[in-house]
Amino acid sequence: MPESKGTFRKEKLGEMYRTMVRIRRFEEMAQELFEKGGIIRGGIHVSAGQEACSVGVCSALNNEDAILTTHRGHGHSIAKGTRLPEMMAELFGKVTGLCHAKGGSMHIADVSKGHYGAHSIVGSNMPMAAGIGLAFQFNGRGQVAVPFFGDGASNQGAFHESMNLCAIWKLPVVFFCENNHFASSTRADYSTSVEDISTRAQGYGSPGITVDGMDVLAVHEAVAEAVKRARAGEGPTLIEAKTYRYYGHSRLDKKFGSYRDEAEWNKWKARDPLTVAEKLFGLTETEIEGHQAAVEKELAEAVAFAEASPEPEPEMALEDIFG
Amino acid sequence: MPNIKFSEAITEALREEMERDEKVFVMGEDVSTPSVSPLTAELAERFGTARVRNTPISELGFTGAAVGAAMAGYRPVLDMRLVDFTLVAMDPIANQAPKLRYMLGGQVSIPLVIRTPQGGGVQNGPTHGQALESWFMKIPGLKVAVPSDAADAKGLLKTAIRDDNPVIFTEYRSLYPSVGPVPEGDVAIPFGKAAVKREGSDITLIGVGSEVPHCLEAAEALASDGISAEVVDPRTISPLDTEGLAASVSKTGRCVVAEQGHLHGGVGAEIAAALQAMLFGSLKAPIERVAALNTPIPVQPKMEAFVLPSVEKITAAARKALDYA
Ligand SMILES: Cc1ncc(C[n+]2csc(CCOP(=O)(O)OP(=O)(O)O)c2C)c(N)n1
Ligand SMILES: [Mg+2]
Repeated sequence: MPESKGTFRKEKLGEMYRTMVRIRRFEEMAQELFEKGGIIRGGIHVSAGQEACSVGVCSALNNEDAILTTHRGHGHSIAKGTRLPEMMAELFGKVTGLCHAKGGSMHIADVSKGHYGAHSIVGSNMPMAAGIGLAFQFNGRGQVAVPFFGDGASNQGAFHESMNLCAIWKLPVVFFCENNHFASSTRADYSTSVEDISTRAQGYGSPGITVDGMDVLAVHEAVAEAVKRARAGEGPTLIEAKTYRYYGHSRLDKKFGSYRDEAEWNKWKARDPLTVAEKLFGLTETEIEGHQAAVEKELAEAVAFAEASPEPEPEMALEDIFG
Repeated sequence: MPNIKFSEAITEALREEMERDEKVFVMGEDVSTPSVSPLTAELAERFGTARVRNTPISELGFTGAAVGAAMAGYRPVLDMRLVDFTLVAMDPIANQAPKLRYMLGGQVSIPLVIRTPQGGGVQNGPTHGQALESWFMKIPGLKVAVPSDAADAKGLLKTAIRDDNPVIFTEYRSLYPSVGPVPEGDVAIPFGKAAVKREGSDITLIGVGSEVPHCLEAAEALASDGISAEVVDPRTISPLDTEGLAASVSKTGRCVVAEQGHLHGGVGAEIAAALQAMLFGSLKAPIERVAALNTPIPVQPKMEAFVLPSVEKITAAARKALDYA
């Protein structure tokens, strides 16, 4: 158990756990609604299984720090404090959605919470994170930018160019790679030249570390350390969290594609990040149930808000092209 | 003639060309996975995963690599999954492949095909639902095919693969399930030859890709009012068969050009400019255009439908051209 666990107040651990439950249930609900058809607009990519990453990272950040996420960004968004009803409304294609139903699941953003958007072109968020890091360096207020990205994205040129830029300019950026072992149906052990993606940091003279992505405290510790470096002007860190996605890649993909089997799935599920956290935090049955009940209520409210919200007028398609 | 799906026509063309020429190979993300890539996965089984090769998510890298392999004598066929992802690889697509032969004084050729599934109507949003053929048609040295039915898909893909130059081969995803008669045997369709998809005498509807079936439906709607519309498909927009298009419009004197890409700087602008120059005196009405409105493609279905072209919009444009005094 990480040494600093004792420094967490009980409430903070409780909030971390509750956020993980919130993400899990949001994803399960989104998937269920998606499968019903005609409710959720556009495709979705759910992140169940990866909750410890979202929460481990965002619990080490302040509201003024930035995240930039990916097509699989619900969890990161929720962990950064993105408003749930407006997020659900975005998935429902309602005018009250965070992006007024123009961006959908793959482009959730809540800039007021330091969430600079989900970016669905794989790899595209990393150069932008470098730029936000540059702005933060100019600001001089010690803010940090964190791009989330996948094992697949680590094979894009954008990743390598961004790492180098951040390294030479000592930008306050923490590259957080969720190695969930697959990019769509392509296994990371085929597509990626190294076993530990964190070793790629060496090429950019920056620290790289691999952590257990199913353990929220391990993730938190590593990110807190990297954030400290970044705030101190020491430049970027690459953190790789080994994790696993429970559902298929996206709407078309079944849970067990030709690229993985049930045995592998079960092996990871046995280290479910929620169960791991329950043990680590020493949560009682009653506490767990309390968190679950609170989350169910929040989600029911979010769904009710999304359902009750109107659809946009078609002409609204013409708004917000220029500012 | 057997009736097959547009998607099957693509697979057939790839299979036949791979059988005919061992230099042809396929590359792209997840191309050998059946659940993700039904069009190419069976080819992986048949020809092996060396010739039907999965790539990492490295569009710039593998597109550049394809240009290199083409220079060195192979005939790569890239599967870009979505045209939107070509934008990550624009240097090899726009700067290298189309210019190398020219820059090197004819010493090399680049027999490269880039298949670019594309198009909206499926709530994929601003970065996953675009139609970009008009971007590519303005690059000298690139050819651009835009098939609208199964027979053309097969015949044009064969020609694309045999061509010694880089070809963008656009596939509207909305057309994949459409079924049509496809001639058996080795039928390659030449580039730069428009096809009349329905004969008529009052007005010409020129459709690009996904809008050809929409034009055919619009023609049907107009026919119930006693109007005879001819539907013409350029099939390739670079080279563009201006003579073939003009032959129809000189007969009818009225014309609508419909495409799914954005209006501004679209294929229709090029076609309309060419037609007015060729037929100025014999046009009976200004050439009408139907295209996506000049906004990104929103996810929300009602907003998306508002932005994209449709049968109704084409029919309305045709009536406007017909009502012109
Ligand atoms: C430039 C680009 N290429 C391809 C895609 C299609 N695509 C969407 S997600 C994805 C896999 C991404 O894998 P990874 O980075 O590991 O993230 P994960 O899905 O595992 O969260 C692919 C290939 C895309 N959106 N953008
Ligand atoms: Mg992945």
